[in-house]
Amino acid sequence: MDPLHSARGRPHQTIRRGDARMPMLSDDDRIFTNLYGLHDSGLRAAMRRGQWDGTKLLIDQGHDWIINEVKQSGLRGRGGAGFPTGLKWSFMPKADPRPSYLVINADESEPGSCKDREILRNDPQLLIEGALLASFAMRAHTCYIYLRGEYIREREALQRAVDEAYAAKLIGKGNVHGWDFDLYLHHGAGAYICGEETALLESLEGKKGQPRLKPPFPANVGLYGAPTTINNVESIAVVPDILRRGAKWFEALGKPNNSGTKLFQISGHVNRPCVVEEEMGIPLRQLIDEHAGGVCSGWNNLLAVIPGGSSVPLVPAELCHDLTMDFDALLKVKSGLGTAAIIVMDKSTDVVRAIARISYFYKHESCGQCTPCREGTGWMWRVLERMAEGRAEKREIDLLFEVTKQVEGHTICALGDAAAWPVQGLIRHFRGEIEKRIDTYHSGHREAAE
Amino acid sequence: MAVRRLHPDQPAHFAFTPENMAWVTATISKYPPGKQASAVIPVLWRAQEQIGGWITEPAIRAVAELLGMAHIRVLEIATFYTMFQLSPIGSKAHVQVCGTTPCMLRGSKDLVKVCRRRIAEEAFHLSADGAFSWEEVECLGSCANAPMVQIGADTYEDLTPEIFEALLEGFAKGTPPLPGSQIGRTASCPEGGPTTLSDPSLYDGSRIGQWQKRLAGTGGAAPATPAAPAAPSTPPASSAPPASAAPATDAKSFVHPAALAAMANAGVVKELEERSSGGKPLSASELAQFAEKARRDGPAAFGARPAASDNSQG
Repeated sequence: MDPLHSARGRPHQTIRRGDARMPMLSDDDRIFTNLYGLHDSGLRAAMRRGQWDGTKLLIDQGHDWIINEVKQSGLRGRGGAGFPTGLKWSFMPKADPRPSYLVINADESEPGSCKDREILRNDPQLLIEGALLASFAMRAHTCYIYLRGEYIREREALQRAVDEAYAAKLIGKGNVHGWDFDLYLHHGAGAYICGEETALLESLEGKKGQPRLKPPFPANVGLYGAPTTINNVESIAVVPDILRRGAKWFEALGKPNNSGTKLFQISGHVNRPCVVEEEMGIPLRQLIDEHAGGVCSGWNNLLAVIPGGSSVPLVPAELCHDLTMDFDALLKVKSGLGTAAIIVMDKSTDVVRAIARISYFYKHESCGQCTPCREGTGWMWRVLERMAEGRAEKREIDLLFEVTKQVEGHTICALGDAAAWPVQGLIRHFRGEIEKRIDTYHSGHREAAE
Repeated sequence: MAVRRLHPDQPAHFAFTPENMAWVTATISKYPPGKQASAVIPVLWRAQEQIGGWITEPAIRAVAELLGMAHIRVLEIATFYTMFQLSPIGSKAHVQVCGTTPCMLRGSKDLVKVCRRRIAEEAFHLSADGAFSWEEVECLGSCANAPMVQIGADTYEDLTPEIFEALLEGFAKGTPPLPGSQIGRTASCPEGGPTTLSDPSLYDGSRIGQWQKRLAGTGGAAPATPAAPAAPSTPPASSAPPASAAPATDAKSFVHPAALAAMANAGVVKELEERSSGGKPLSASELAQFAEKARRDGPAAFGARPAASDNSQG
């Protein structure tokens, strides 16, 4: 077997409970070879790393072959929801008089997430090639990449790469691949909600980023009323490698239903925070120890982890020992993989304040369209701020939980849910901490009154 | 949501410079004819740069007229998107301190204290000399390099209060430090060097072309010349038709996208595949069943989150 097809076909049962360890992903199986920008990000160097290598051959296999390979590979969307990417592509109409669009979501704003940034500035040709292949598969001739407004240098880097690709006739009208394809960059101006796919479309059409009611879904009525698919940067950037090395290669990595490699982002209380590409299903502890230099003052100093960006409920240390990083394992501990943005909190953390800050974030970012979210996010934040001080009543903990349930599922988009879950996670796992603070506060004030 | 209003003191006029006007015309051409409103954020952004860091009411009117939009629609944009500043900012630097949890865990509160002491007690207020202003912003997407600030187009990462003070000093003197990590890291690489990507064969070009034998027999396509994507490769020559030639008319039984989403959320991907590729359509009771399962399995079963592009399709 040649080195390019060296995905380890080892049985999945080798991961034991307890001191679970997996062999580290081999460099051969890595997709993002210039993740840190240690090498040249220009087109010539990217081609030397194997990008744009025989893209025409892949295109010659046809629209349906590409969609099928991506389906077979088991790739699940890397933007957080984990919807199967190939399946999503197959929803696009095959014969429609309207133009089809691919829109790439580079509005990376989920607290903890910083992976797309590295692709945009260090490995942009991966994304551009993926955009061409995905657009071809969905019969789209136009693609927009929507970057968050704050990523100014990243936008400049990506624009340079796009210009290079145009100049080399890799994309554009009459390019060497025989599929006319225009790629444009667009940007926002500081609104987290524009990462929600229909809010992103609204923003791209020149409106406030307020999510649309669905149905109709973007595959039927999307950008400018035309069929549109919206994908995350990472989902698109891995496509060329999947097609070259084959769906089987990608599927052999990771765990069943959670295949492939993934960019993990480790931030917070670790010795060496970083972004790293690893196999799906890697044990959390191994990931932190091997790549991020371990939890500050050792594993036993761990308090809790937010495993998938601020929207997912936290996981307390006692559940972290055997935890593996994949969609299904994290669902079992009532959390989620999200964007695989791991926020580590050690025992020095004021966990109530940490979650209150997340609540403030959602209050700030609510678009104001649906009442439960617009009013609820602010309400939850104010109550949590009081609870952080202990200036509350114990019955309010249940009331707060009840209100999160009133927000969750009662809004047009998932921001309401995302605002509710971290609070629910806090109450589920750290109720005692909140009660202790309330007791301390009240006893202090009783003494003062006497 | 934040309540944001225009500044009480507004200049009388705004007009794009000829240079910027040319840029605006080029930007509008990126969108289909008649969809010029799409350009509103980039155009308003350019106006903000021309004015010197904030948006004035005449600029809002001018942009609206340029793009054929109602004034109120552009006012909505200017107040909805928080990167549009509605009052003047510091002439040398407007400091955006990221304060969200990942940065907070690594000490962004101390950076805010420095801002309060050195610049102004309140955010969005100018320093005494008018050179600086600051605000606390939400996640700037550099969490592996926390805590960090953004000044203009650049980010300054891996800060401590001391480094941050020196940085502000640099801006005051007109000699700002190089952007990026302030402790010598490269991007989000772990401090002390990468733990991965040490295999030199990734970079010497030896991977190019090797994969092509896998496809050689399938689509009938001849292997393209390796390492030459810029050159047109040989078209498929053999008689075996490539997959694209297959008729695209296989009418599949319709499954409502909402049903597919509910199934995906409930983790029944296998079944989902079968349904979408021609299986039985999903009945209303089955749909309800999946929705119920997703609800029962707790919040994370729904998976979808707003930052996610890959929100469930259906």
